[in-house]
Amino acid sequence: MNAATPFTRLADAEWVRVGTIDDIPRQGARCVKTDGPTIAVFRTEDDRIFAMQDNCPHRQGPLSQGIVHGNCVTCPLHNWVLSLETGLAQGADEGSVPTYAVRLEGRTIHLNLQNSPAA
Amino acid sequence: MARERLVIVGNGMAPGRMLEHLFELAPERYDVTIFNAEPRVNYDRIMLSPVLSGEKAFKDIVIHDDAWYEDNGVTLHRGAKVEKIDRDAKTVTSANGITAEYDRLVIATGSAPFIIPVPGHQLDGVLAYRDLDDVEKMHGYAATGGSAVVIGGGLLGLEAAAGLHMKGMKVTVIHLMPTLMERQLDTAAGYLLQKELQGRGIDIRCGANTKQILGDDKVTGIELEDGTVIDADVVVMAVGIRPNTGLAREAGLEVNRGIVCDAQLRTSDPAISSVGECVEVDGRVYGLVAPLYTMAKILAADLAGAPIDNYVHSETPTKLKVTGVNLYSVGDFAEGEDREEVVMRDAARGTYKRVIIKDDRVIGAVLYGDVADGGWYNELLRKGEDVRDIRETLIFGQAFQNAGNSDPLAAVANLADDAEICGCNGICKGAITGAIKDKGLSTLDEVRAHTKASASCGSCTGLVESLMALTLGDDFDASAPKSMCGCTHLGHGEVRRLIKANGLKSIPAVMQELEWTTSGGCAKCRPALNYYLLSDWPGEYVDDNQSRFINERVHANIQKDGTYSVIPRMWGGMTNSDELRAIADVVDKFQIPTVHVTGGQRIDLLGVKKEDLPGVWADLNKAGMVSGHAYGKSLRTVKTCVGTNWCRMGTQDSTGLGVALEKFLWGSWTPHKVKLAVSGCPRNCAEATCKDIGVVCVDSGYELHYAGAAGLHIQGTKKLTTLETEEEVMEVTAAMMQMYREQGYYLERIYKWADRVGHDTIREQILDNKETRRAYYERFVFSQRFAQTDPWSERVSGKDKHEFKPMADLSSPHAPSQMEPAE
Ligand SMILES: Cc1cc2nc3c(=O)[nH]c(=O)nc-3n(C[C@H](O)[C@H](O)[C@H](O)COP(=O)(O)OP(=O)(O)OC[C@H]3O[C@@H](n4cnc5c(N)ncnc54)[C@H](O)[C@@H]3O)c2cc1C
Ligand code: SF4
Ligand code: FES
Repeated sequence: MNAATPFTRLADAEWVRVGTIDDIPRQGARCVKTDGPTIAVFRTEDDRIFAMQDNCPHRQGPLSQGIVHGNCVTCPLHNWVLSLETGLAQGADEGSVPTYAVRLEGRTIHLNLQNSPAA
Repeated sequence: MARERLVIVGNGMAPGRMLEHLFELAPERYDVTIFNAEPRVNYDRIMLSPVLSGEKAFKDIVIHDDAWYEDNGVTLHRGAKVEKIDRDAKTVTSANGITAEYDRLVIATGSAPFIIPVPGHQLDGVLAYRDLDDVEKMHGYAATGGSAVVIGGGLLGLEAAAGLHMKGMKVTVIHLMPTLMERQLDTAAGYLLQKELQGRGIDIRCGANTKQILGDDKVTGIELEDGTVIDADVVVMAVGIRPNTGLAREAGLEVNRGIVCDAQLRTSDPAISSVGECVEVDGRVYGLVAPLYTMAKILAADLAGAPIDNYVHSETPTKLKVTGVNLYSVGDFAEGEDREEVVMRDAARGTYKRVIIKDDRVIGAVLYGDVADGGWYNELLRKGEDVRDIRETLIFGQAFQNAGNSDPLAAVANLADDAEICGCNGICKGAITGAIKDKGLSTLDEVRAHTKASASCGSCTGLVESLMALTLGDDFDASAPKSMCGCTHLGHGEVRRLIKANGLKSIPAVMQELEWTTSGGCAKCRPALNYYLLSDWPGEYVDDNQSRFINERVHANIQKDGTYSVIPRMWGGMTNSDELRAIADVVDKFQIPTVHVTGGQRIDLLGVKKEDLPGVWADLNKAGMVSGHAYGKSLRTVKTCVGTNWCRMGTQDSTGLGVALEKFLWGSWTPHKVKLAVSGCPRNCAEATCKDIGVVCVDSGYELHYAGAAGLHIQGTKKLTTLETEEEVMEVTAAMMQMYREQGYYLERIYKWADRVGHDTIREQILDNKETRRAYYERFVFSQRFAQTDPWSERVSGKDKHEFKPMADLSSPHAPSQMEPAE
């Protein structure tokens, strides 16, 4: 997969194809650059895909660089643990990251940039 | 006053415990002589199963070491079987001709395994399972692979089967009854157990009767009544035990099933008492330690002339000590007209609970899978409490009774002070919390040493830890051996041991076999497990990149703004104009904002964008520079001074040695970072005496230092020795690295590891004992074969390229991309 491939913007302008599930290692993440904040797209051990802003609510650490475990990612800077499903900080820490809706069609990943369900 | 003479026949767990009590009550009263048929000290027979499976070594299960006998003035005749008691002369005589006179005699001959006299039972390769000799013989057979048949599907048979299986044998269990462990488990739990063991690859045949053991002089297999033939190189019989009563019978003492004793454990001769599995009291004989320890206490009081209780029977819970199998059974669980039972099954979790009630009182319980409430049911049973009011919710366990409070600590907090925590040793909650407070105990080992709680079979360890947490509050966490993380109750040491013992070779295998409570671990345990597997199975285990911290994943250090720093290796702190020029060019080309000289004698380029990393590395590689691993739990730098090359004080070529060490050690992963230094003379310009390993050159050779630290914690090194040649320095250093790699806990620096395992042990293994040193050295060299590849050049040639590029760029309108693809 070449990063320079032009991406199809869907007619309704909401769902954007960003790549395939095989572009992301299991228990890993990749980034999607946008005009706004960078988005981290995660793949869990059991092949579920989640997307959220690539900024930790603590001190903006790049969550895409963290360790993915279960439904969570641990931030690489100071080890906050964030739920991939809700974007909420786990345990004693308080805070949340905006998440984005993701749709899988076959192995293709679509992101909905408009839709950022409040966490 | 002359001491009385106390003679003990048998040196098992029961008399061992009795003596401990006796020495507390009346240390000066007796001269003690022990005869033991086994040629060794008193050990924890219960723990033979972990020794068989390889999870423990014999030295881990010794109860009384040589020093204990010496300190207490006890004469121990090893390998001396008593053959005769002369009650008139008050003497005993052993087969090897030692005679001892007694004032009081204790018979503690335990019991002997029962061997079914089927044809072939005398063949070579038919074993029992009772003592260390049996275990060593089984190890001998297991070493050659092959297959084993275990006759008997009770507690002992299944522990033997699981152990032999873990040792790599193909194992078949032959059990006469329709379900396993029928004396402790009902059919439902027996079925779950059978399924579990079969799932591990142990073949189980219930309702099978052995007709004969086949073979000419060595076992070759067995034949069942139905004609089935099963090949086997070894047959282990574990069909039951019989009290050893022969000696007592010949001496004319009253003997029935066991040696008949009164409630104070005196035999029919008042000068002779008995204790342990050989005893019959009130018509019962026993096969578990808890009642034997009760006997030991009573007998000690009697011998000491202290006030004593009468022996009364109580039920002992049973647990199977097979790693990964949880079952608990206590009391009476037969069905009957006058009984009710409450059952709860959870097929998904594979758990089963059954509580048997009679006249509103708990009389038995069988738990499989989830055994947390075993202690609570046992307490209800022991106290005979009326459970009418909680009948409806009884099966949900104790936590539920406290208004849905599911905090396990709350359950322990709610136990009464006299609730039994440690079944083996009969230790109740109050005794443990009391000891913690009065004696200021803060670690599990201390609590074990002072109270014996959880010191036998260990299955109540969790409860004891909860009690410590409750009693000590925050102080507990600080000092106790902690579990690795919230995903397991096991500590680092246990996990490392079990990885080796069970041959676990992947992270999922560790999590499955050691019962991780989360599906995918967490950011604490995954990097640790990845390291342990990498270090334990070099060349076999495939590094799991996703279980590494970002720095080790992308081979650079993440900075607070999400950019990275890059540090190329400068061997021994040496560089030259070509390297410096290449660095300068890289800085310009990639507009790297900051260049800094590190404390480890090299150059740090800070503020590199992630997508630029492969480009930066490619240019540095071209100038011959490789990754400095400044981001890794691995060998960092070897700092040097210029030594005899330039310095007028220099005594040896400190630079040359430093470069050689760095070239030899680089690339190896370690529990935490490792920094070295070599100074050319005791002026120590390279600051070698605050490093993990440091060399200070002197006229006569090389002083080797280790266990220093200069970070959050500052500590000077300890001197190990002075060596004469560079070759010796290389060998001892590599041996130390390897010992640390094999034993260190993840994120434990060398100085902490050394404090934990002991400086004497380190000295003995890598200095005094040349063989272990060489073996460590060779294992290090072997593992380096798989470690010394430059991670940068691998990535420049395309490895993990997904790490360095965004998956997609949706920014508009095609702003000049900052992320020129690397290729
Ligand atoms: C593999 C295994 C696992 C077990 N697991 C558990 C468990 O999980 N929980 C539990 O509660 N119990 C367990 N047990 C049972 C427990 O170990 C015994 O109940 C306990 O060890 C008995 O102690 P004892 O002192 O009566 O006898 P023993 O420990 O058998 O000691 C008797 C000693 O006397 C010696 N002896 C015998 N005759 C003579 C003689 N004539 N002269 C000199 N010496 C003699 C013997 O060699 C032996 O060393 C297990 C036993 C085994 C073998
Ligand atoms: S440690 Fe000794 S040899 Fe090395 S530079 Fe300092 S004074 Fe010279
Ligand atoms: S920035 Fe994520 S934990 Fe601090």
